[in-house]
Amino acid sequence: MSTLPADFRAAPPASDEAAASVRGARFARLLGRHGRLAVIGIPYLWLLVFFLAPFLIVMKISVSEMENVNFKDLITLKDGVLQLSLRLGNYLYAIHDDLYFATYLSSLKYAAVTTVVCLAIGYPFAYFMARARASLQPALLMAVMLPFWTSFLLRVYAWKALLGEQGWVAEGLMAIGVDHLLVAGGLIPALGKFMNSPFSLVLGMTYTYLPFMILPLYANLSKMDMRLLEAAADLGATPAVAFWRVTVPLSKAGIIAGSMLVFIPCVGEFVIPELLGGPQTLMIGRVLWDEFFSNNDWPMASTVAVLMILLIIVPLAVFSRYQAEAQERRR
Amino acid sequence: MSTGRTLFGPAFARRFGIAWLAAGYVFLFLPIVSLLIFSFNNSPLPSVWAGFTLKWYAGLARDREMLSGLWLSLKVAFSTACASVVLGTLAAVTLVRYRRFTGRTLFSGMVSAPLVMPEVIVGLSLLLMLVSVQRALGFPERGALTIWLGHLLIGMAYATVVVQARLQDLNPELAEAAMDLGARPHQVFLLVTLPMIAQALVSAWLLTFTISLDDVVLSAFLSGPGSTTMPLVIFSRARLGLNPSVNALASVVIAVVAIGTLTASYLIARAERERARAIAAAQRGDG
Repeated sequence: MSTLPADFRAAPPASDEAAASVRGARFARLLGRHGRLAVIGIPYLWLLVFFLAPFLIVMKISVSEMENVNFKDLITLKDGVLQLSLRLGNYLYAIHDDLYFATYLSSLKYAAVTTVVCLAIGYPFAYFMARARASLQPALLMAVMLPFWTSFLLRVYAWKALLGEQGWVAEGLMAIGVDHLLVAGGLIPALGKFMNSPFSLVLGMTYTYLPFMILPLYANLSKMDMRLLEAAADLGATPAVAFWRVTVPLSKAGIIAGSMLVFIPCVGEFVIPELLGGPQTLMIGRVLWDEFFSNNDWPMASTVAVLMILLIIVPLAVFSRYQAEAQERRR
Repeated sequence: MSTGRTLFGPAFARRFGIAWLAAGYVFLFLPIVSLLIFSFNNSPLPSVWAGFTLKWYAGLARDREMLSGLWLSLKVAFSTACASVVLGTLAAVTLVRYRRFTGRTLFSGMVSAPLVMPEVIVGLSLLLMLVSVQRALGFPERGALTIWLGHLLIGMAYATVVVQARLQDLNPELAEAAMDLGARPHQVFLLVTLPMIAQALVSAWLLTFTISLDDVVLSAFLSGPGSTTMPLVIFSRARLGLNPSVNALASVVIAVVAIGTLTASYLIARAERERARAIAAAQRGDG
């Protein structure tokens, strides 16, 4: 697999090359003018049909009236009168209902706390990775990515046992008395009961999304020009000042990318709250799931989805602008 | 840290750095290690050690529900990975090569959004669209095909990022040289660009395969009766409580993925080294 292409490039037999160019010319005539259109058009069309169109349908269904199992048309022409009927009841309900409102707030809160914790753990981690010996760095990077390649579902599941009664982590935390702190902070319900609490939820989300924070930060920090720090030191900055005024501002792009990669999916997370959060931790992803699978209320589930998109639309815009900018910078 | 005026001295900073990294890796690997260990535990309780056994592995071999889920998941993951690499490469080429076309901002937004978009939204919206289509046209039935469509949406986004990063690092002079020698654009792509991004394509394939093999939320929305993927089986059991047979399965999955990833990255690193050698040789003029 690895040697073949290199050998081919080193000494291509003349006849093969000629055949390839004849084949190529035929290909060119076929594609030629339309090549560009095909390259852009195929993925574009695919995304329009399977990514954008479904959102428009969700928006439509969120304001649709159910008639048995079918949705009524939004626009009807009856007796020469064009009628547009939008059912806003779901939205009014979702906005006025206290439980819904509390759920939005707590989703944002858990996502924000997870992002901050990931940044607090991940920034020093990425920083020390980037400052490690150059020969060690590929292995360190690989080790961050390896858990990411093994099943996310199974790794979250493993925390159930680790935090449960007599679990390794539960025992360890009790041995150093952390559970007293957590109870005092209201993060776990009672001493020694770590599961099904805000603590286990944030821990599970931090664990799952930490590599998403580390990787962009490492990519950013490992490319930093070390001469800038030397210059700062020459100009009289202490290492702490140089870190705060040179390193951190230069890694801003990595901080933003990592934070968005953690925050946005956490807002709508479903699997982790379901396995680790217990019934008390309110998350909007679970509300959507229950409206759809338990209540079979498709318009309400769609309304929740639209409101969730509104919650993440600003971070989403920041993220895609960063992606586009990062791409420009690399060139 | 070339200066002498450090906060705690360079030795302290070094030791602190090592300790932080070590703690971080323990955090990342602890659940994986515990899954492996307790898969050999001769007790249905997940955290109390009661001797060594292989009974959970033996039980796994007889678990029809899990095995048929695994087979379906493998089929879906394989076709997702192949299609994701094709669509992702097209999207990456579009983003890197064509700097200006109508609706480029919308395109790049749609490519990157599935990376972070909560899966419940993607799953719900795709399902509602497919249901609308099915009511109008009579197909597709919910099943492997609809799961594949959902996974492809996420897989394409990841494949695009991986391939795009590699395409951007390519030396544009190589493509220009090929053009100067009379190659047409698609020839440049097939004969120059494609061999050079081959490793990225392999990485993207493996990554999208893993993502598809692991997905719960999209599969739950898009699966129909009789099309239960392995993660759906695991998830429904995990919701009910802890189950050592899940540990045994996890261990098998972890072993296969670890071996596959390590082999692939070894081969990629070797190919990379050989390529660098070949380029160096060519530049010396004795290639």
